[in-house]
Amino acid sequence: MEQSLIDLWHGFGVALAPNNLWWSFFGVLVGNLIGVLPGMGALSAISILLPLTYGLHAVPAILMLAGIFYGSQYGGAIGAILLNLPCHPPHAVTCLDGYPLTKQGRGGAALGITMMSSFFAASVGILVMIFASPVLVGIAFKFGPAELFSIMLLGLLAGGTMSRGSPTKGVAMTCLGLLAGVVGTDVNSGTPRFTFGFIELSDRLELVALALGVFGIADFLHNVNKVESAGGGVKVRLRDMRPSKSEMKQAFWPMVRGTLVGTLFGAMPGTGPTITTFISYAIEKKISKTPERFGHGAIEGVASPEASSHSKTQVDFIPTMSLGIPGDAVMALLLGALLIQGIQPGPQLITEHADLFWGLIASFWIGNVLLLLLNVPLIGVWVKILRVPYRLMYPAAMFFIAVGVYSTNNSLFEVGEVLVFGIIGAVLIALDFPVAPILLGYVLGPNVEENFRRALLLSHGDMTVFVDRPISAAFVALCALLVLGQVGFWLRKKLRSRGKEDSSSREENAPADAATDP
Amino acid sequence: MNANDHRGGLLRLSKYSRDYYGGGLMLLVGAGAIYKGFDYQVGTLTRMGPGYFPVAVGVVLAVMGALIALGARRQSPATAKTKTHSRPEWRGWICIILANIAFVVLGRYGGLVPATFAVVFIAALGDRQNSIKSALLLALSMVIVSVAVFAWALQLQFPLIRWG
Repeated sequence: MEQSLIDLWHGFGVALAPNNLWWSFFGVLVGNLIGVLPGMGALSAISILLPLTYGLHAVPAILMLAGIFYGSQYGGAIGAILLNLPCHPPHAVTCLDGYPLTKQGRGGAALGITMMSSFFAASVGILVMIFASPVLVGIAFKFGPAELFSIMLLGLLAGGTMSRGSPTKGVAMTCLGLLAGVVGTDVNSGTPRFTFGFIELSDRLELVALALGVFGIADFLHNVNKVESAGGGVKVRLRDMRPSKSEMKQAFWPMVRGTLVGTLFGAMPGTGPTITTFISYAIEKKISKTPERFGHGAIEGVASPEASSHSKTQVDFIPTMSLGIPGDAVMALLLGALLIQGIQPGPQLITEHADLFWGLIASFWIGNVLLLLLNVPLIGVWVKILRVPYRLMYPAAMFFIAVGVYSTNNSLFEVGEVLVFGIIGAVLIALDFPVAPILLGYVLGPNVEENFRRALLLSHGDMTVFVDRPISAAFVALCALLVLGQVGFWLRKKLRSRGKEDSSSREENAPADAATDP
Repeated sequence: MNANDHRGGLLRLSKYSRDYYGGGLMLLVGAGAIYKGFDYQVGTLTRMGPGYFPVAVGVVLAVMGALIALGARRQSPATAKTKTHSRPEWRGWICIILANIAFVVLGRYGGLVPATFAVVFIAALGDRQNSIKSALLLALSMVIVSVAVFAWALQLQFPLIRWG
């Protein structure tokens, strides 16, 4: 633990180096800006700016990307509260009470509370990260191919089943992502797989093209001529931002509880921040003395989910960095960025790239302070940006996507890939499939295959290797629990709807949605 | 939850047909992966060939697809809504797709400046509220941004104008 503190001190030195600080600041600012734009979340922000980092050294590159990440999360909350537009799925819950508060003229206060809870939650998350990472790394060194495969399986299953909508569809999308990860040359035999005769495809699909296709172009295809302009006549001034004393009091404990929920879930790989926000909202509603206020502008309903998503985000960096297992699609993208820089995440990362790891942790703190400082004066600017009409925004974004993908490998073929993924993504969204698991599957795919092969090679084709080793067995048991739980949910729903068949009131919502409906 | 509704704007299919066709599509993709996977030598558990993993994932995908499609059928199609088709947005879709193709083609044969202009101009025409003039203005200003930010500041390897 003492060593951690010394390392952290060193980390502050790294993060405060002028060059690194500048890129961190740049990331936070641009991330915030993009996050505010309707339809643009952390994923699109990172994908667009990923190419910028190729020319940078690894440390400033990852500091900037992390800055974009939490910057855009902050920005997303603004759109959710002021306009009822959840550009980033975790903010869907924030809308439930945030937007009613805006309609009551307390939108500014809701934003203020959001900022405070995010800052508090992020700080707690960072503390946990500092002290838990070395412990986790100790365990991680015991991981062989069998353990790695099982934990990734758990991550994929959790990512697939816990995302929005039906679990079977989520798992199907994860498989689609795994198949997308297969495209290219097989490392063991050199066989080109699923390349369909394109030489350009023998070197895997491009991560940025995939991400911008299914999240960018697919979104434009859906929203063109449907969304006018995001902003209405919203006005927020600086002095509205200060929540009143009673509001602060009301929000305090929900904020602490939300942070706890987020931290607990943070250590679980594959559970995105969306699910934690739903859970913390449900908890608040359950223990509240006045649950009927929820959905009509309860400040607790803003504070708790926002706190949980931010602490979750921070703690999520632990499995991402020390095991190489991303929690959700955004983390997967950050992992991809590390790999591009030639840095292999894993237990050795903390020792081999100590400057990067501890610099990153220190930069979280600095970045969160920067965010707080930035958002107070800039809130008026964000509100103005929200009023930029969609008809001007998406053509410009089309250009940024095209040029962003081109710049990753200077390849126009990949710009074509974006279009293909965009169309596929739009079709999938229309068929009500969640697209985020595709990215998770794509990033983890090669690792899953490699470790699966290796584990079975070492055990001479004996499948019991996955349950013989205790750590691996625990993960397999969790996977089984997850699947059984989903089957149980489904059976219960089935039975219930059979009972209700006559009244023909079918329940279509996922369990998580049902729990939060006011 | 209505908060997410703005995403489902492409074509409002009924839940029944969304599940039915979606499941069917996944079944097909899974079957395709299995079929292709067998071409690449599957191997044994100890010595897996390049086809083993795609076949395994393909099987899971096909099973999921079947589950989704079957689930759709059980929800008595009679109660499924049939009318909720919103108008297809052909103009927007075609313009967005053409804009992207134009960027690739003009980027190959014309250079960054014409490609930038084309992608923004064509995409902007996809929105009914944009006039030719506003699309032109937007495209021109994006060309300036593109030259200043990408060609000049970031030194992108992309000739501004290319002949032939």
